[in-house]
Formats: sequence, structure tokens, C-alpha cells
Amino acid sequence: MRIQRLKPARKEELLLGEVDLTLMEPLLEKYKDRKGNMIPLLQGTQEIYGYLPKAAFAKIHQATGLELNEMYGVATFYAQFRLVPAGKHIVKMCHGTACHVQNVTAITDEILDNLQIKDGETTEDGLFTVETVACLGCCSLAPVMMIGDETYGKLSPRQAVKIIREIRRSENN
Amino acid sequence: MGKTQVIVGLGSCGIAAGASKTYNEFERIINTDKLEINLRKTSCIGMCFREPLVEIIDDTGKYLYGEVDQARVDEIIDKHIKKFTPIPDYIVQSDKYPSKDQEFFDGQVKISLRNCGHIDPESLEDYEARDGYKGIRKIANENISPEQVIQHVLDSGIRGRGGGGFPTGMKWKFARNNQSERKYVICNADEGDPGAFMDRSILEGDPHGVLEGMMICGYAIGASEGYIYCRAEYPLAIKRLNMAIEQARVKGYLGKDIFGIPGFDFDIIIKEGAGAFVCGEETALIASIEGARGMPRRRPPFPAEAGLWKNPTNINNVETFINIPWIIHQGPEAYAQYGTEKSKGTKVFALTGKINHGGLVEVPMGISIKDVIYKLGGGITDNKKFKAVQLGGPSGGCIPEHLSHTPVDYDSVNATGAIMGSGGMVVMDETTCVVDIARFFLDFTQKESCGKCTFCRVGTKRMLEVLTRITEGEGQEGDIEMLEELAETIKDSSLCGLGQTAPNPVLTTIKYFRDEYEAHIRDKKCPAISCKKLLTYTIIEEKCTGCMACLKGCPTDAIVGEKKQAHNILQEKCIQCGVCFTRCKFEAIHME
Repeated sequence: MRIQRLKPARKEELLLGEVDLTLMEPLLEKYKDRKGNMIPLLQGTQEIYGYLPKAAFAKIHQATGLELNEMYGVATFYAQFRLVPAGKHIVKMCHGTACHVQNVTAITDEILDNLQIKDGETTEDGLFTVETVACLGCCSLAPVMMIGDETYGKLSPRQAVKIIREIRRSENN
Repeated sequence: MGKTQVIVGLGSCGIAAGASKTYNEFERIINTDKLEINLRKTSCIGMCFREPLVEIIDDTGKYLYGEVDQARVDEIIDKHIKKFTPIPDYIVQSDKYPSKDQEFFDGQVKISLRNCGHIDPESLEDYEARDGYKGIRKIANENISPEQVIQHVLDSGIRGRGGGGFPTGMKWKFARNNQSERKYVICNADEGDPGAFMDRSILEGDPHGVLEGMMICGYAIGASEGYIYCRAEYPLAIKRLNMAIEQARVKGYLGKDIFGIPGFDFDIIIKEGAGAFVCGEETALIASIEGARGMPRRRPPFPAEAGLWKNPTNINNVETFINIPWIIHQGPEAYAQYGTEKSKGTKVFALTGKINHGGLVEVPMGISIKDVIYKLGGGITDNKKFKAVQLGGPSGGCIPEHLSHTPVDYDSVNATGAIMGSGGMVVMDETTCVVDIARFFLDFTQKESCGKCTFCRVGTKRMLEVLTRITEGEGQEGDIEMLEELAETIKDSSLCGLGQTAPNPVLTTIKYFRDEYEAHIRDKKCPAISCKKLLTYTIIEEKCTGCMACLKGCPTDAIVGEKKQAHNILQEKCIQCGVCFTRCKFEAIHME
């Protein structure tokens, strides 16, 4: 069931503190009075902060009257929304049918092993979040992963780890 | 002499294969060498197995080059463009040179994909140059009434391409007959089936075609507003749709009294999905547009009666809409000449898995599965044995080799226990374990279940547990029967298509491959040598170089041996994780 996707918040995130809520003003202005505005509002908020900060829910509620419980329900229902910050690079491992048949599981395991995290988690240094996702729609290039907007196809476990290492190297320089 | 055109295929899959780099390289050389060349973009032509693709059109003809990386760009510019000598080795299609890939194109009839790979999807002029907006113009010029439009759609025999196969004209008729101030047209672009990407390709390659299909529908049912519900995982599709809508608004193709039809106002809005497979179900999709959790509700009332904000609504899939302008412009008879008695027209299939020519093909309904796989698809990779094909994604089923003569039409496919679905065709060879595939799909539907119906929510979870233990060698007698019982109960007691079809992959694999289930349960063996936990790993002494890579990777220290000498696996310590197999560069790990 979908709600299981919710990950428990880490302690440091709870202490992370304030976000600048004024950034949301243009978004709220645009969608305030529109029908069916809840999902676009949450999407827009996530666009700004990279996740949905707790304070943002209250802000949306004040501005639009949308109920907190309904927003929370929607935010936990859809795979796109995150309630905790993600790493700088989001590594999406495609686990669609074609990729599965081409053994993407071995690649994901290798990457997770290399980064020392579990599926859905973020590395200690905050650089990478790895997520398994359903089909990215590049089935003929399976197995596929997507980092940011870049899609990498026809991967082997070794190549995939190499790509991650290269990103880390360029980040550290 | 016309200017030579260089057209680079920039669909999502082409870009993933490096087409942007190819484009940039062409641009760079054209600028530095000041070449008189018209460099253009197009979308996916469906030939994914040869991406990146570049078409060159000059005075002598058309040449489609495959696998054009940066090195090939330099070579093509040097030989083909500067010295006028095409390079036959790289050509995948041309009337001048025979290509072994020609069979991929033979037998295809392109109606849905008529413009994909042939126009610049970001150009309205390109679309209009290939009969674009002629369907809606014909309606305007010849004063075709909404009822007549619906009759045309009925006569064409087209059925819903999203999977259900409900006659499109009937759906429109219901929506037309319900009186209301407001009505809506929705285009379902929430293509969620893993293994299907024809909708993405159409949206990226021919966005105006989808808009025109929606306009015609709006006219026919009497709606003034359209929504495209597109999944957020398709950023390029959303970008191109937005551009197309903007262009259409500027031209007056969207807005008031469009195409001079008095009183026909129509506009289109894009709604981005937020990631939920269940939103492909029409009532869940409507709930999602309204801003709520995407949970299906009971039908009736059907959306044609009470849909978006309780108004009559017609929902069709992308592939359905793209056919409509063609049907109106060419006439319903032209469409109905293809296909079988009950399934008219063509269908796009996404060929993936263990197949040589992975990509998108559009064929007339009624062609056999075997022909699709062997003639167009070029057969199975590495000359392995064809085992089965999964049709219809997680809602569909497995069709085994001995039924591969089955024609692809709605009714014949249903008779096998699979469904046509959106047209994803995942080909499996002898090394694919069907029990694992069934487990994979159950894992998917179980996660994607919205949780509303108990049997779908809990039942799929229980089925997944049973399947997981079977693939891990913990299967018990009676497990198969339990799966069958659970499957029937879930089918009977779920509200929407997701639950009603979720057990299909399990039921069809049990039906056709019961012996494989039994081998897993009784003999603790995986006949396809795929389920890791059921394998025994050994080291082939002659191949092992003693590089220590497997030894270092082994999490349980089950591998022993000295550097530069053959290693050995201690079976009592081995946990069958397979790390040694992935680490070994010398194919020295044997599995059985």
C-alpha cells in the first residue's frame, strides 16, 4: 500500500529548523482560488524546498483554507512527495519490467552497497539519495538509471558504480 | 539544389542514448566549418535499438543512420556531407541501400505514430504540413455535426487503446447524451505500465496530434474544456505539450469559436500527476485532478454521467486520441480496413526485454505475436530460446511460446488470460524465471494498491509473501493452491481495474508454467537459473585468475584462496547473495 513509502524523519532534519516561507508567496497567489489546487500547491512547494517542510503545510492552510489532514493524506499518497530533505543528487533506479528482466536488481544492490545506504535513504554527506522507481519509459535501453535529468542506459553494475564515483569526485573537487 | 537536412532524433530514449551530444557535435562542426546545412530536431521513430538516430535528406535521397555517436558524426560529415559518399555500414534505412534492419519497418502501418520521427514536434508548421489540423478543419468546412463525428468514430471501430478496449464511439455517445452546462474531455497520459512507452513517444513526438484529437472529442460531446493528465516522470512530454498548447492559443486554434465553428470554445490544461499508478484508472484520475488522493470509486455513475466535478466527462488514452484526427480526415473506412472483425485499426506495441530490436512498432490488429517478435523484433537476443511474452503489464499475463500464434486483437489475447493492456510486450527467454516475474508484478501492484479495498490491500501482500518464499526456496506444499484462491478472491472483491487484474500475472504463469512453480517448491530448484537463493555457486578453476575481487566482496567470508591462485567457495558459509558473480571479470563463477 502506498502510505508505506513514508520514511521516518531523521533527528537532524527535525532540528533543521526554519525555512524561508516568504518564497511561497507567488505560488500561493497563483493557485489560491483555483479549483483542484492542492496537488499543484504541494508540487510547487516541493519545487522550492526540495521537500515539503512541516511549516509549509501550515502556511498553505492559512492562505487557502485547505485542511491539514487532507494535505497530509495527499502528500503521503503520491510517490513524488517527500517529507524529509533529499540528497543533492537523486539516483532513480528504474525497476520497470524491462529493467527487471535485464537484472537491474544487481545494479541497485551494488550501488546501495557502495554508498552504504538502503533503498530510499540518503548518504551521510547528503550527496546521494537512491530510490527505486517504476518505469522511466526508456525500456529499450534497460537497465536504466536517472541521476538528476540525465538518463544512463544499458548499464552494468560496474559502470553504474563508476558513474556514482565520478559524480562524487567532481563534487569533492 | 536544396539545402541538405540533418535531422537528429531527440526523444527521451534518444537523449538517454546520447542524442543531445550527437546534436551538439553536428551543431559545432556546422558552425566551425560554416556548412550550408539545415540542422533540425525530431522525436522518436521507434527504432530504439539503434539510437541515437540521424536522418540525412539531400538531393539524392533519404538516409537514416543508426548509433550515431560523436565519432560517427565526424565521419558522416566528412564522407557523406562533404564528399557525397554515404556510409552503407551505418545506414539502417534508405531506399538506396539495403539494410538488415529493414524488416523492422516492413509490416508496420503507422497511423498513431504517423508523425513521430518525421516532424519537429516543437513546430506547428511541421504538423500542419503533414495533414495536421485537417480533421478539425474538415468538420468546420463540411459542417459535420457532432452526431456525425461520433458516427464516424463508431464506424471506424476503434476501441480504447488504454487497455480496456471499450468502443470509443460508444463512450462519446454516452457523454454527448448527458445534458449539462459543463462537460470535460480528459486525456489519460498517466502511462504507468512498466514496459510501455508508446504514450510518451506520441506526446513527445506529435503533441499537436493529441490536442487535435481532444478538440474533435470536445466538439463531439459538447465540452469546452480539456485536461491532459500527464505523469510527472515525463518532463519532456510536458514541456512539448505546453509549447504546443501555447502555439495553438496564439494561432487561435484554442480559445473561442475555434476553426470558425460558431459557439465552439475549447481550451486545454495540463495536470501533472504526482506518481501513483492507480491514477491510470479513470475515477482515480478524476479524484487526482480534483486535488484529492487518487482513489477509485464505485461505478456507476460512470464519468460520462458524473465525472470531473460531477460533470459529464469523457476520458480516453493518448493513443486513442492520436488516431481521431486521422480517422476524421481519412474517413472511418480507411481505418476499418485494418485489423480484424472486432478489433479494428492498428496498435502500437513496445517491444522490450530479451529481444533484438527493442522499440516501438505499430501493426494492424490481428498479426500474430510470433510475427511481431520474430519478423519485426528480429528474434531473441543471443539466439536464446523464446519462453514467453508478458502482455499488458502488471494487469496482463504471460503468453507462453506454444501460444505465440495468437493474433493480437482484444478478444484472442483475453482468451489466453492476458490482456492487451496498453501494449507493453516484454519478451522473456529461457533464462527468465516466470515465478520471479510473477513476484515482480505482484510487488509492483502491492505497492501501488491505494488501500481502499481490503482484498486488494491485504490479499496482494499475502500473495507477494507466498511468491517471495517460493523464490527463496521456502515454498510449501499447498502454496500454489493458496495463490489461486487468493487470486480469485482479489479479482472478485476489488473495485477497480488494478485489483481486478493484479492476480493475472500469477494466474497465467501458474496456468502455463505450473511445473516451474513445483520445481521451486519441491525440488528447491529454479529451472531458469535465475532465483539467487536457489542456486549453487562454484568457481571454475581454469578461469579463475586469483584476482581476489570476489573474495573481498564476499560478505560472509565464504571464499578462500591465495592471491594469483584459484579460489574456492565454502558452500556451508555461502548465502547465495551473488556478489561474487557480479564482481568476477573472468566469468569464473558458475551457477546452477
